[in-house]
Amino acid sequence: MIELDWYLGLSAVLFTIGVIGVLTRKNAIVIFMCAELMLNSVNLTLVSFSTQLADVHGQILVFFALCIAAAEAAVGLAIIIAIYRNNLTVDVSRINLLRW
Amino acid sequence: MSAYVHLVPWIVLIPLAGFLINGLMGLASESFRNKKSLIGGIGTLAVFIPFLMAVWLLIAMQSDSEAASISLFTWIEAGNFTTDIGYRLDQLSLVMTLVVTGVGALIHFYSIGYMADDEGFWKFFAFLNLFIFAMLNLVLADNMLLLFLGWEGVGLCSYLLIGYWYTDMAKSDAAKKAFLYNRVGDFAFLIAMFMIFQVIGSLRFEDILAGTGLFTADQVFIIGLLILIGATGKSAQIPLFVWLPDAMAGPTSVSALIHAATMVTSGIYVISRMSPFFMISAELMLFVAVIGAFTAIIAATIALTKYDIKTVLAYSTVSQLGFMFLALGSGAYIAAMFHVVTHAFFKACLFLGSGSVIHAMHHVEHKLHDQGKDVHFDPQDMRYMGGLKDYLPSTYKTFLIATIAIAGIPPLAGFFSKDQILMMTFNAGMGEYGAVYFGLWGIGVVTAFLTAFYMFRLTFGTFHGSFRLPEKFEQARGSASYLHESPFTMTSVLWALAGLSIVGGFIGIPNFVVATFTGTSADVNIIGRWLDIVTLETELVLSKEVEWVLLFGAIIVALVAVFLAFRMYGEGQLEVSDKRISKRLGALYQVWDEKYKFDEIYEGGIVRPTVRFSDRFLAVFDMKAIDGFVNFVAALVRFFGSVFRYFQTGLVQTYAFGIVLGVILVVYMLLFR
Amino acid sequence: MESYIFVLFATLAVAAAIGMITSRDTVNSALFLVLNLISVAGIFLLLKAQFLAVVQVLVYGGAIMVLFLFVIMLLNLSDEENLLSRLSVKYILAFFLGVIVLAQLLYAISSYTGTLPDVSAEIVQIGTVESIGDALFNIYILPVLVTAMLLTAAVVGALLLAQRKLSDKKPND
Repeated sequence: MIELDWYLGLSAVLFTIGVIGVLTRKNAIVIFMCAELMLNSVNLTLVSFSTQLADVHGQILVFFALCIAAAEAAVGLAIIIAIYRNNLTVDVSRINLLRW
Repeated sequence: MSAYVHLVPWIVLIPLAGFLINGLMGLASESFRNKKSLIGGIGTLAVFIPFLMAVWLLIAMQSDSEAASISLFTWIEAGNFTTDIGYRLDQLSLVMTLVVTGVGALIHFYSIGYMADDEGFWKFFAFLNLFIFAMLNLVLADNMLLLFLGWEGVGLCSYLLIGYWYTDMAKSDAAKKAFLYNRVGDFAFLIAMFMIFQVIGSLRFEDILAGTGLFTADQVFIIGLLILIGATGKSAQIPLFVWLPDAMAGPTSVSALIHAATMVTSGIYVISRMSPFFMISAELMLFVAVIGAFTAIIAATIALTKYDIKTVLAYSTVSQLGFMFLALGSGAYIAAMFHVVTHAFFKACLFLGSGSVIHAMHHVEHKLHDQGKDVHFDPQDMRYMGGLKDYLPSTYKTFLIATIAIAGIPPLAGFFSKDQILMMTFNAGMGEYGAVYFGLWGIGVVTAFLTAFYMFRLTFGTFHGSFRLPEKFEQARGSASYLHESPFTMTSVLWALAGLSIVGGFIGIPNFVVATFTGTSADVNIIGRWLDIVTLETELVLSKEVEWVLLFGAIIVALVAVFLAFRMYGEGQLEVSDKRISKRLGALYQVWDEKYKFDEIYEGGIVRPTVRFSDRFLAVFDMKAIDGFVNFVAALVRFFGSVFRYFQTGLVQTYAFGIVLGVILVVYMLLFR
Repeated sequence: MESYIFVLFATLAVAAAIGMITSRDTVNSALFLVLNLISVAGIFLLLKAQFLAVVQVLVYGGAIMVLFLFVIMLLNLSDEENLLSRLSVKYILAFFLGVIVLAQLLYAISSYTGTLPDVSAEIVQIGTVESIGDALFNIYILPVLVTAMLLTAAVVGALLLAQRKLSDKKPND
């Protein structure tokens, strides 16, 4: 197989891109999607280690992470819909009531 | 002695128990406060039982017994400084303990009758017990720090008891004055302790007295001077004596116990305890003697002009304490301690007797008021008294006995102790600074003359002649019939103390008296033998002939003074004779009457400048600097608040920034540490 | 041969990711993310994790991203401004932090290479359905059941959060 480093390096790059996306974008849904990207990169790390060590438990962990991500996506989007209903916008720079 | 030393902590702790019981139960329950006999009983027993224990120790102890120490527990342990709560039992501390508990128990018993009408009866006895506890700590301590604890404790109790009737502003001012002047002395004492610790490394008396060779001559002088200043504060010598006359504002029992018999003798006790230390420096000894002598004569001259009986007795106390310091300065520690013992007897008797007189005069005033007569007078002022010997016979007789004792007429107690002091002062005239000591001896003789004179003026003025109140107040005619003797609880104590004043001197018969008759050297000076082991005395170099001459000289001086006083005051012509004296002495009498303006000098020279300084400088400092600092702190907080405001934007992305930043830092820590 | 496929998929994944974060249109972002997920699924296949590759496409790409697209289109949002049109402090700082994160991660990776054991011959067995199923339902049966409950809770929660208020509902809804 390819050197483990490459897979991990790729995962690191994807994670970084996800971080930059979270810090930069204004749209709440896009921020959420960047968070999904970060989760995905971690999955990649886990699978590459699982292959390297010939241990199935890594892939089990990815499986569960996937399930959790699904649940989280559902709930998160429901929250975003609720926020949209109250504020008529999903622009995070306009939602700052927590200031007080 | 080490077998008996276990009794010592009990002696100290039983008065503390008395304080706690009377104090706490009195605070807690109304009904307890009304059980005056119970309170008085507890209070008196709390002092009487330690007295019995001390007597037991006295029987067990011989004049050459070794000192014994007992340590209860380690009090302070800081670096290489350790101090225990430990007590030392030796002849000196036992003598003081006997005086404190013995005279103390008698005065407690007296107070049951004297304070019977007072509201805060329970508080009074609680404070008295606390005082005895502190005083016993002072005399039985085996290290200077515990002694200082007792020292401060008696100062505190003095404050509490002088200002006992605290609702009267003048009385609480007197208490404050006592405490503040004591404080000055305490400060000096504290510095002396620091210096001693620096040289010796320990504050235990054993270590200090064993290590006297470690001090340089300068150190001895300075430390001794500081201890002396402390002693002048506590024992009312120049320059810190001015609180004692004001302290008469407290109840008479307090004056008797604290300001005659016990607290004021603590200075003398300390110097006696440190006698090997003091003996190193002749200059120091001279200083002590000079202060003592001058205090004695100054106080005696002031007492000559006063009419308030307690004031006269207060100045008399200062004068007698001056005598004791004169003895200390002449190297006669045994004589000083002997005078402490005899003075406790007759001075307490005099004070309690005056209490009895004041009690009677108060009663007259009350009776007159009950009849609706608006007569106001000071019940302590001699000018309203006179002729009381017919109405207060027991008081008169005991007062007379005590006066004879203080005047130094043999064979009563005062004669032996005072004579010994004067003799040792004359003896010191043979040694270093001899000429000065002769001068001091001369002052001492004059003071002895004055003592006898003014004390008999007091006695004759109060008890002889006729009752003067009706002469001063028209409405008080016939009020003499209201005078009555005090109850048994009070007069019994007076008789006990009078008895001690008669026989108390026999523990210190000078050896040469007996030696002259038996032809050999005799050793009948019991107290001399007793205390010899714990103090370092100067050698007695006088020949027997000189000693006899001095003895008779002292007797003649005293008798002349009594005779003169009888001629001038014996028929009760108090004010007339006083006027004659003041005319004869003119300006001198004026100076005496104004107490040499000591209070005024302190007021103008120290008090007022301090007050002005604090008003001008400290008030400004307080406003500008301290308030400014506090405001600055507030401004700082406000500034940081306005900065941190920008962190709380309410925007999720800002917080996400923070999270990422935190993660970076944590990973950094994990990777590189 | 393998390396070429890997480079292909990797480039695709990274390009899709960058595209996702820079795209103005929200729908475009979502589609870029789908592309990214499929590329990662391909890489899973390279790693011989067959089951996970398929599950990734099915669940992540097929269900979650469809959900995202539903919501995007439901909310009918207008386009954002172009990301790079204004060079504000936020972008620079974010980029800077991203670089630091990347640096730390790469450092961590580089300091641990060479310490791992060699790949063994059993690899092929690891990623199959049988082996995963075997582990899931024998060892991890409890987490599976808990996950089931979690998903139920998520559904209920989502329903609750997103429903309209009762008073807003028309009678025949």
